[in-house]
Amino acid sequence: MRYIRPQSMEDAVGLLAGAAGPAAILAGGSDLLVRMKGGFVEPELIVDIKAIDGLSEIRETADGFSIGAAVPCAVLGEHAALKKAWPGVVEAAKLIGSKQVQGRCTIVGNLCNASPAADSVPALVAAGARAVIAGPSGKRTIPVEAVPTGPGRTSLAKGEIIEAILLDKRAPHAGDAYQRFIPRTEMDIAVVSAGVNLTLDDAGVIKSARVAVGAAAPTVLLVEEAAQVLIGSKLDEATLERLAKVCAGACRPIDDKRGTIEFRRKVAGVLAKRVAATAYERAGGK
Amino acid sequence: MNFDPRYSGRSFSSVGTRPIRPDGVDKVTGRARYGADFNMAGQLVGRVLRSPHAHAVIRKIDTSKAEKLAGVKAVITAADLPDLTDGDAAMYDILDNCMARKKALYDGHAVAAVAAIDARTARQALKLIEVDYEVLPHVTDVDEAMKHSAPLINDAIFTEGLEEKPVKPSNVYKRTQYGHGDVHQGFAEADMIVERSFKTEQTHQGYIEPHACVASVNPDGTADLWVCTQGHFVYRQHCAQLLGLEASKLRVTSSEIGGGFGGKTHVWAEPVALALSRKAGRPVKLVMTRDEVFRASGPTSATSIDVKIGARNDGTITAAEATLRYSCGPYAGMWAEIGAMTAFACYKLENVKTVGYEVLVNRPKTAAYRAPSAPMAAFAVESAVDELAKDIGMDPVDFRIKNAAQEGTRASYGPVYGPIGIGPTLEAVKNHPHMKAPLKQNQGRGMACGFWFNFGGQTCTDLNIGMDGSVSLAVGTVDVGGSRASLSLVAAEELGIDYSQVKAVVADTSSLGYNDMTDGSRGTFSSSMATISAARNAIKVLRERAAQMWDIPVDDVVWEKGHAVAKGEKHGNLGKLSLKEIAAQSGKTGGPIAGHSELVADGAGVSFATHICDIEVDPETGSTRVIRYTVVQDAGKAVHPTYVEGQYQGGAAQGIGWALNEEYIYGKDGRLQNPGFLDYRIPVCSDLPMIDTQILEIPNPNHPYGVRGVGETSIVPPLAAIANAVSNAVGVRMTHIPMSPPRILAALEAEREG
Repeated sequence: MRYIRPQSMEDAVGLLAGAAGPAAILAGGSDLLVRMKGGFVEPELIVDIKAIDGLSEIRETADGFSIGAAVPCAVLGEHAALKKAWPGVVEAAKLIGSKQVQGRCTIVGNLCNASPAADSVPALVAAGARAVIAGPSGKRTIPVEAVPTGPGRTSLAKGEIIEAILLDKRAPHAGDAYQRFIPRTEMDIAVVSAGVNLTLDDAGVIKSARVAVGAAAPTVLLVEEAAQVLIGSKLDEATLERLAKVCAGACRPIDDKRGTIEFRRKVAGVLAKRVAATAYERAGGK
Repeated sequence: MNFDPRYSGRSFSSVGTRPIRPDGVDKVTGRARYGADFNMAGQLVGRVLRSPHAHAVIRKIDTSKAEKLAGVKAVITAADLPDLTDGDAAMYDILDNCMARKKALYDGHAVAAVAAIDARTARQALKLIEVDYEVLPHVTDVDEAMKHSAPLINDAIFTEGLEEKPVKPSNVYKRTQYGHGDVHQGFAEADMIVERSFKTEQTHQGYIEPHACVASVNPDGTADLWVCTQGHFVYRQHCAQLLGLEASKLRVTSSEIGGGFGGKTHVWAEPVALALSRKAGRPVKLVMTRDEVFRASGPTSATSIDVKIGARNDGTITAAEATLRYSCGPYAGMWAEIGAMTAFACYKLENVKTVGYEVLVNRPKTAAYRAPSAPMAAFAVESAVDELAKDIGMDPVDFRIKNAAQEGTRASYGPVYGPIGIGPTLEAVKNHPHMKAPLKQNQGRGMACGFWFNFGGQTCTDLNIGMDGSVSLAVGTVDVGGSRASLSLVAAEELGIDYSQVKAVVADTSSLGYNDMTDGSRGTFSSSMATISAARNAIKVLRERAAQMWDIPVDDVVWEKGHAVAKGEKHGNLGKLSLKEIAAQSGKTGGPIAGHSELVADGAGVSFATHICDIEVDPETGSTRVIRYTVVQDAGKAVHPTYVEGQYQGGAAQGIGWALNEEYIYGKDGRLQNPGFLDYRIPVCSDLPMIDTQILEIPNPNHPYGVRGVGETSIVPPLAAIANAVSNAVGVRMTHIPMSPPRILAALEAEREG
């Protein structure tokens, strides 16, 4: 096994593109090291991207925020402006693993691990986040929901690395939120989850909405129909009930050790209602 | 010297205080040595190959490629552990469980093992072992396994305990029955009858420290084993028998223990490590991974239980009956029998009958788990008792008080009780402020009772007094819950010296006579009895030495508060001699001063507890939260109250996990789906409230200080108490443990849909 810590993105891309055997990218390592220890993966090459310039920074730009691929989730929680603009994304990132794990793990790692139960992904999808990808043939930017293609699989080509996640600058009267269901209080993986992002007009009517449901299909679901239910409403009781029904209906869950199909459907709807209410309140709605 | 174990009603100066434990600093600073912390020069890494199949014939194992891998020093299969059990069926099962002989009987069953120079080589070697399996149909569910159509796990099992021996083999190893009176008559006298069926899923003890050992077999036929265990003397017997060693040539040293709860009363890896060391000619360290711990060690039974209880309108129970089916893993067991014995032990019953069935399934061999079998039986019985009280219109505590067993009651499992604590725990609960705490919406309160036998057993202890007057206490019961502190308190009490002068250690198997293991809540009960006996023997020597120093008859010397005192006026001018002064002169008065004891600690007092808990349920998700929890239990005498409280809280915590989320989940392929702490959900700290405790002290007449075992009873009531609380919170009777959110939500939905 070779461990290399390149100083530039070009070198990292070159190493991955040229790898003959199985290769892995190391940022926080909270998934990779566990999988290696369990004997599930045996990479021939490990490329540690933490020394690459800029990858450990959160940059506030004219357009919004750029979160480097090596920024630990705990750092997201310490960034006041990011927390104020995207509280749902930050609260999702701060649910991953434990305090100790949050000091290492990254949202890009969470995205590329491609688990349908990943905590930060529904929040990122709801937020309309985009991934900046560096690769052998240059850079490209795609919506985060286009990164995972199934459990453990991504759309990244050989040699490609996500270098940052982009979040838009916030319009007034906007808010997002994320919640997951776990049987315990912490140290667990989502049985089902929901993220909602809303923008209101001055009267408190929902102008735009994005609703994402996690752990309810092979990838995180962006539920377009749920957004349509919310738009134009002031989140009254009837709207919430329709939202729950639509989200439950959109799920394509499985029965497994963490929950049943029936349970995931029902609770997806319950969480969507609760999360929408929080996002609405954060957006200043009453 | 005859030892009188009877309760003396004495007062105490050390016993009942709360000094810090002697192993505490080492544990919090990381210096304590657990099973994996022993190392030897030249030691190899042992690894075990395990069956991926729930049930399969092992046609052939080809180890030749693994043996040729550089760095591999030994590869073993069942052929390297020949059958030396000489018709001892229980030992044969242990041998077969350590290394599958003809068939793999569960997912995780060991089939081969390697010893190599490092972990990487050992892992590679496992991949090079070729096992030719013939996969057979399997059965993992206890009810399914009892059906005639179920795959047969062992064709030599013909159900025992039936009037006639069956003509066909089955998965039911044994039927047992307990009780007295006539239940038919009793039910005919009842005004109200509750009849229900219950299920509980399989759980693991969940100890944080995985099984770990270092084995070293020497060319001269001696061997050493360093191991994390609840009973190193028992491990020595088992390992010696399975490997054909002489017991006294195998020295077993127990490490500190990161939890056992019954799961470390059983050998798994140790005979394998010894066999590897014997073949390799070098020491071998074998540490199980968490995955292996779940798949191949531990678990308790999964159960299916039917209960029927009848009562008159005045609240008198007229008859009680239960049928209990417990999974044993793929080997014979006596788990349902224990359930059948404990089920109704809390109550005074004219007519009672319990029947137990031991059921073989393709799951790991069932091991003891803290009051083994009792929590599931209590769940079923206490749920039905609660429902019956409600149907009659009586308060559940009053209903239980009316029917509680008392001194002189004939227990449902046979014996007549002496002084017992069930009534007092119920009275304490009735008056506890917890019962008056206000409940909010979606919250429910439940309570339940529990019983455990407790055990005494063989015990051997040495007490040595150094020339500086310090006392070294060597005990043979592994310290799983603070017993070194408790036993030091007992030695200090008996000798009349300060706790800080006593240092207790757990001695290895070459340093003391045989000790039964730390199970059955016997550690402090039996070793304190042996410590008292050893101290009294030492006091006899101390008196003799003082008599010698004074040159007076020994009968004129008494022992008072740590001093020899010359009695009678004729010695009036002699000042008393302290233990330290006598010890300082011991070289001139006859050599070292010591007290020894060997005894069978009979008369372990039975133990009862009553728990109260408040649960909040989210009716939209089935999520639960424990709001308040109170344990009331009889300790006989709490030697070190802090560690008694710790046992009460620990049992409640494990019971909460079992009741709400912990379970073995098997796939259709018979493989365990959740062999790790992520998906086998034991509670984390933030899941639990502060668990309040109340210690009652109803002295055990068979112990000088009145001590009863306290370790196990606290896990008996929680399943039922929590089920009663959840049922009261949501208005639906919960009959399947664990009450995970999907199960609660499904029950609520079924109720809503009518």
